[in-house]
Amino acid sequence: MGLRTPLHEQHVDADARIVDFGGWDMPLHYGSQKEEHLAVRQNAGAFDVSHMTIVDLSGARVREFLQYLVANDVARLKKYGKALYTCMLNPAGGVIDDLIIYFVADTEYRLVVNAATREKDLAWITEQAAPFAVDVRERAELAMIAVQGPNARDMAAPCIDAKWRDAALALKPFNGLQAGELFVARTGYTGEDGWEIVLPAAAAPAIWNSLLAAGVVPCGLGARDTLRLEAAMNLYGSDMDESISPLEAGLGWTVAWEPAERNFIGRPQLEMLRQSPDRRRFVGLLLEDRGVLRNHQKVIVDGIGEGEITSGGFSPTIGRSIALARVPAGNYDRAQVEVRGKLLNVRIVKTPFVRNGKIRIDV
Amino acid sequence: MNELPGDLLYTSDHEWLRREDDGTVTIGITDHAATALGDLVYVELPEIEQEVDSGGEMAVVESVKAASDVYAPISGNIVAINEDLNDDPEKINVEPYGEGWIVRMEPADDFDESELLSPDAYQQLLDELED
Repeated sequence: MGLRTPLHEQHVDADARIVDFGGWDMPLHYGSQKEEHLAVRQNAGAFDVSHMTIVDLSGARVREFLQYLVANDVARLKKYGKALYTCMLNPAGGVIDDLIIYFVADTEYRLVVNAATREKDLAWITEQAAPFAVDVRERAELAMIAVQGPNARDMAAPCIDAKWRDAALALKPFNGLQAGELFVARTGYTGEDGWEIVLPAAAAPAIWNSLLAAGVVPCGLGARDTLRLEAAMNLYGSDMDESISPLEAGLGWTVAWEPAERNFIGRPQLEMLRQSPDRRRFVGLLLEDRGVLRNHQKVIVDGIGEGEITSGGFSPTIGRSIALARVPAGNYDRAQVEVRGKLLNVRIVKTPFVRNGKIRIDV
Repeated sequence: MNELPGDLLYTSDHEWLRREDDGTVTIGITDHAATALGDLVYVELPEIEQEVDSGGEMAVVESVKAASDVYAPISGNIVAINEDLNDDPEKINVEPYGEGWIVRMEPADDFDESELLSPDAYQQLLDELED
């Protein structure tokens, strides 16, 4: 038996198929992954993401610490509640984890890191924080529900105390606020509008039940994965890990090069890779033949070299197979993928594949 | 759990077989297998006239989650494939024992039904998996 979220009983009662994910017993789907996926694209879905690790940092030098710890620059966070997506790098420039940082107060920030990397993240953050006298506090007692889809915010709004409801509905993307015991942020991992709600474990079942009663569809990790793939959002451990820099994982946009004097962990290595003509591309692939692209399949670029699919699957929205892949440097827009000994044709496309319910590539 | 069709034979790999009047055998995967795989999105079918050996790869079914080989439960010659699955692989989820059939085979001479599972025997296997 693995770790259980405060919503475990709800999942079992709903006949969810439970799988192990990073040591947690999590719902894979509640019947049909595809229907859950489409519910998020067309209406609203709810995900139990309580397995994710929430870490609160506090201290007089917390901002200075984060400017050293992560590749993006928390100085970009000007307003309380604002969120920043970033990578935490090792000295070689490899990605220890990707995370979201919320600006809570001048001496306080909230981090949401991956469940599967919890232990190493906490160890790394704690070790790096010591010289800055920053307090590192894991908030295991908090649950987290993501409600996503074009109608998600409207359907979830009644869950928020009337006192804060209008302010929550007025949040701009990548902004959050504390609404009583709920922390509500307009963020997500699906390519749709919606909220991620952090709340005390004891309050989670009632909110979950009322979301479902309002018609929000419960969604498992399966749909979460196909949604994020369509949105071309990276998955740690698949698209990048400690041996891969953000520059070869399509995350160059999350690296804040300015100010040049900001010395974050991994910066010297990233600067070198940034100049390298051999830097690999991270691209979206659309399968033109029939079949399904899967993780680790070999990508062959005629006359140039080979790469690998880092996330592949079937896109329920497009009805075709899509993938993210790391491929050799060079100027080309076609390649082949080896699938069970056969070479299938793929086209390199600009990501995201799908965003806000719409297909964004030429199919 | 739905009741298993009583006129079929089964394998421990969660395939079903039906003897047709003309001596051919229709083959598919069971409801249990289809449910475990999840929504199917692609089926790779063999060629007609292809000869397959019992236990050899016969088809590949891919769901949103993963790809799975379908092994030939008996030796023989493929005489028909369900081409409707090319456009609608979810037929396997919806009607695993009907429109979701995968191939039809002309069994080899040494075809021996006694190596396959009766509905009761397969049900017992499913019950054991549940425990």
